[in-house]
Amino acid sequence: MARLLILGAGIAGQTAALHARNKLSSNHEVVVVSPNSKWNWIPSNIWVGTGYMKPEQVTFSLAPVYAKSNIIFHQAKAVSVHPAGDSKSSLSFVTIEYTLPEKLGQTEKITYDYLINATGPKLNFDATVGLGPDKNSLSVCTFTHAHDTSKALAGVIAKMKKGERQTLLIGTGHGNCTCQGAAFEYLFNVEFELRRQNVRDKAKIIWISNEFELGDFGIGGMFLKRGGYVTHSRIFTESLYTERGIEWITQAHVKEVLPGKTIYENLDGEEETITHDFAMLLPPFSGVGLKAYNKNSEDITSQLFAPNGFMLVDGDYAKKPYEEWIPGDWPKTYQSPKYKNIFAAGIAFAPPHAISKPMTNPNGIPIFPTPPRTGMPSGVMARQIAFNIADMIEGREAEPKRKASMANMGAACIASAGANFLKGTAVSMTMYPIIPDFKKYPDTGRDLNYTSGEIGLAGHWIKHFLHYAFLYKAKANPFWRIVPE
Amino acid sequence: MSVRKPFEQSYYPPVPTKLTKLFRTNLVWQFFRFLVLNIRMLRMIRKH
Ligand SMILES: Cc1cc2nc3c(=O)[nH]c(=O)nc-3n(C[C@H](O)[C@H](O)[C@H](O)COP(=O)(O)OP(=O)(O)OC[C@H]3O[C@@H](n4cnc5c(N)ncnc54)[C@H](O)[C@@H]3O)c2cc1C
Repeated sequence: MARLLILGAGIAGQTAALHARNKLSSNHEVVVVSPNSKWNWIPSNIWVGTGYMKPEQVTFSLAPVYAKSNIIFHQAKAVSVHPAGDSKSSLSFVTIEYTLPEKLGQTEKITYDYLINATGPKLNFDATVGLGPDKNSLSVCTFTHAHDTSKALAGVIAKMKKGERQTLLIGTGHGNCTCQGAAFEYLFNVEFELRRQNVRDKAKIIWISNEFELGDFGIGGMFLKRGGYVTHSRIFTESLYTERGIEWITQAHVKEVLPGKTIYENLDGEEETITHDFAMLLPPFSGVGLKAYNKNSEDITSQLFAPNGFMLVDGDYAKKPYEEWIPGDWPKTYQSPKYKNIFAAGIAFAPPHAISKPMTNPNGIPIFPTPPRTGMPSGVMARQIAFNIADMIEGREAEPKRKASMANMGAACIASAGANFLKGTAVSMTMYPIIPDFKKYPDTGRDLNYTSGEIGLAGHWIKHFLHYAFLYKAKANPFWRIVPE
Repeated sequence: MSVRKPFEQSYYPPVPTKLTKLFRTNLVWQFFRFLVLNIRMLRMIRKH
């Protein structure tokens, strides 16, 4: 009997668990450790944040799904990884701490033959003074944050209905943020909601971001064929902001959020202040802070994890300038180079470097997006890792054969710009590859035949349909495998 | 929505015409685009 231990039950962890269970014979165990009792379809949190959806519509309880799927579930958080065991045993294990109310705070060692780290991000609000829902800004990163944000939005809408003018600031809350796409979706959904409630004329909406220009999204933007031109996504994005009357501030590192006021530094090193009545600012991400120890209980965290807490895998982490970055730097199998039975999927793996060109201001503050790892690539890499591990456990392969490099993978992304079945819109984007390859595609970095973007109601229908399809799949309902990652 | 003022950031970007905006929510056209977008995404998925 072999045991596959999966840390995290997000998009990557759930995909890996279901596929591994499906591929492995029943004498092998699939064990999931995750601190939350509920699964959350995070992309729909932006709709919870405007009140279009309720938290119950974007979540479900994990325990019954795992029970019916023959997957062992511990509602706990992983604390440390011991790849070579400890002084008492050579079996690899992970120490977990229960979050399940009945066992709260209890710790346990769970041994493993294979480990997948799919713990996603730590929402690092502490990186910016005053940032976060416990302090002076709002968030839509979790369904509870989003629910609280919807109440704050209802509050400013109520004031607008009484005739008061309100300023709404939406964007990224630090110079190193990723996930601009999520903030972008929230921005346009708020704008749509204000129009729906007939108070748009009372609102000033400002976007703030660490992108060099609009439309970067942490992927250096993308080039598209449109109207006889090859055009950068910046043009389309600026067009949408202009059409919807949204002001934008780019190249910004938010350094402090105070009640009603945000202080930021720009790429020129100048400090600016904006006042606002509502601020939804996403935090930067880091790893969740897992520790690693050797057999003698010595700290070996730096052998398994990068300084930002993400797990080192088979990428090329050598420091090199932007001009020397190549697609081959990006990991292919997501296997730890140090411990061959450990893998990382989704946001948990350490990217070798950014995708957008790094920029630093005269005060030495880096202001550029870190690379996004969206749902589709997270799911695809998790599936490939699960298949590789199943092949190795069942003795079909001696090493991981399937690859899922973001340099050879495309992505489809639907960014909501207003939720309504007749009047809503979304930006539908496809790109191939995710990591630009300027050797293969010298002018654009990507294949123009597979890289596209358009805005329309059809995108909203697809986004809404995907919401149900992915929840259906994550619940392991019949034929879940026909829903692609 | 926006009023374009010279040299402000919103002065320069292209803005959609009325017809372009109409097509974005025209049910017949959008049903067609729904099919096209799904095919496009399936092509992308098949590349994995
Ligand atoms: C508001 C928002 C909107 C988004 N919209 C889109 C979108 O439209 N399209 C898209 O493709 N992507 C979108 N994304 C990105 C998408 O959500 C991520 O790509 C995806 O969630 C990454 O999956 P993951 O499994 O790596 O991480 P997560 O989904 O965050 O899962 C991490 C899991 O690990 C668990 N965990 C945390 N700490 C521990 C620990 N110590 N031990 C064990 N388990 C732990 C967590 O509880 C969670 O279950 C959005 C993100 C946000 C924040």
